Amino acid sequence: MPFIPHTHADTESMLTTLGIESINDLFDEIPADIQCDGLPDLRDGISEMAMQRHMSEKAHIDETGICFLGAGCYDHYIPAAVWDLTSRGEFLTAYTPYQAEASQGTLQLVYEFQTMLASLTAMDVANASVYDGASALAEAILMAVRINRKSKSRRVMVPSTLHPTYLATVESIVSHQGISVESLPAEDGVTPMLKAKLDNAVAVVLQQPNFFGLLEDADTLTEHAHAAGALVIGVVNPMTLALLKPPGEWGDNGADIVCGDGQPLGIPMASGGPSFGFLCTRMAHVRQLPGRIAGRTQDKDGNDGFVLTLQAREQHIRRAKATSNICTNQGLLVTAATIYMTLLGRQGLKEVATACVRNTHQLVDRLTTLPNIEKRFTGHYFHECVLDFPESTVELQQRMLKQGILAGHPMTGMFDEGDRAMLVCATEARTAQDIESYVQALADG
Amino acid sequence: MSDFPPELRYARTHEWVRVEGNRATVGISDYAQTQLGDVVYVELPEIGSQVEAQSEVAVVESVKAASDIYAPVSGEVVASNEELESAPETVNLDPYGDGWFFMIEMSVDSLSDELLSAEAYEALCVEEGD
Repeated sequence: MPFIPHTHADTESMLTTLGIESINDLFDEIPADIQCDGLPDLRDGISEMAMQRHMSEKAHIDETGICFLGAGCYDHYIPAAVWDLTSRGEFLTAYTPYQAEASQGTLQLVYEFQTMLASLTAMDVANASVYDGASALAEAILMAVRINRKSKSRRVMVPSTLHPTYLATVESIVSHQGISVESLPAEDGVTPMLKAKLDNAVAVVLQQPNFFGLLEDADTLTEHAHAAGALVIGVVNPMTLALLKPPGEWGDNGADIVCGDGQPLGIPMASGGPSFGFLCTRMAHVRQLPGRIAGRTQDKDGNDGFVLTLQAREQHIRRAKATSNICTNQGLLVTAATIYMTLLGRQGLKEVATACVRNTHQLVDRLTTLPNIEKRFTGHYFHECVLDFPESTVELQQRMLKQGILAGHPMTGMFDEGDRAMLVCATEARTAQDIESYVQALADG
Repeated sequence: MSDFPPELRYARTHEWVRVEGNRATVGISDYAQTQLGDVVYVELPEIGSQVEAQSEVAVVESVKAASDIYAPVSGEVVASNEELESAPETVNLDPYGDGWFFMIEMSVDSLSDELLSAEAYEALCVEEGD
């Protein structure tokens, strides 16, 4: 039985009302070359056993090495309890419930997640999450334009040190809303002070550490942006905040909006997704924050309880006028992240971040003793670093893969001679032996 | 039972208008505030902005929903009730007095025939309530 309740007659009647021949006519605006013409590779039904085997073979394609990849998705150790608890039936949904108050456990968890994120970033409020870090940034930019009505401008300045996938996502979402995204060029891998460039900008985006793993001068850049009347949008890796100054404390007044990707907090790399994005801001801007906020209150008998405090501008109420129509949160992953942070605590997070910094610096120090491998940039780096190799890093990556090493993220197209550059990362999960294996595999190649 | 002061004109979208000379003070009706429930936030238009009749110019947010407020007349916004930012509950307590939203200096003759008398508006509310 199909799960679609419409009868053939229902469908025909709707098509007649719309004045179209077939349902496919509704998808006319999607360019023909990206439309999917059936699923010819999809086989007929197979047995469960055959399916298990097939899927496990597919899954193993990805599990081929010691991971030195980063670039937005990191191989952190996830304590077994995280997903054991997250997978409990009571938590196992991607959504906050629409009959919200009946699910006190979920609301309490969302409330605690928000509290932890606000505390890590030193901001007043956090929402219950969005799809991923890149879409969180696009939402942050739309939010900044709504907040900064005084500026009349729709120019958003984005350093060229921002994650390129984030930039692509931002452009595809905001460029159709009359917002122009302008690039701030980098010098030696970091964003220089460019006061004049910021004039008449509605907001400035700042990723810390930036895509190259380098530390930006967040304090000075924040001061310059604020002096020019622009809002500051911080893009951060939550793991690094255990050690770095939180964006809420950048410069004299801190960032205005903070976003990022939550993958480092207990979410497996899983071929690159799913992940979740977080979005934090000042209390003054809370009405422009897309998504929902769970709050703590008391019932009529004075017992503590949790409610959805801020949802009046969401799409189930505001329809087309909602602050965002893509603010679905990632409840299940937020559950995992909250449990992960609870298990590690402030001290545990600090220890993980410290170990990542130490291991990446050891890796870089070791690799740069080899002939013709050098750091691309001179600035301080956190737990990722761009290295120049004497050969194409795409080829190097393939060669290393055969020896069981995921060597890093090739930087092809990022800058001049970027095809010889690679972003490397060694998290707390890498051992001294792993680093030696990297060096050995390079030598053997 | 809601209050419908006879000296005011009303929009179908539940705003009231008090006209003094060429200035129109605008708020939301007693019926509207009752329907919304506790008002928790009001977003007001910027002073100096030009508004067209029936365009969205403000937002009133209750615990249930955020709703648009439409300008009942065309002209320039010359005042907005900043008191509402810190005391949005005034909209519930005194919708026709201290709970006003904004004032528009009307362009000539923008008071439309579309605006209802108290009697006609009350009839509309009774109909909606059914």
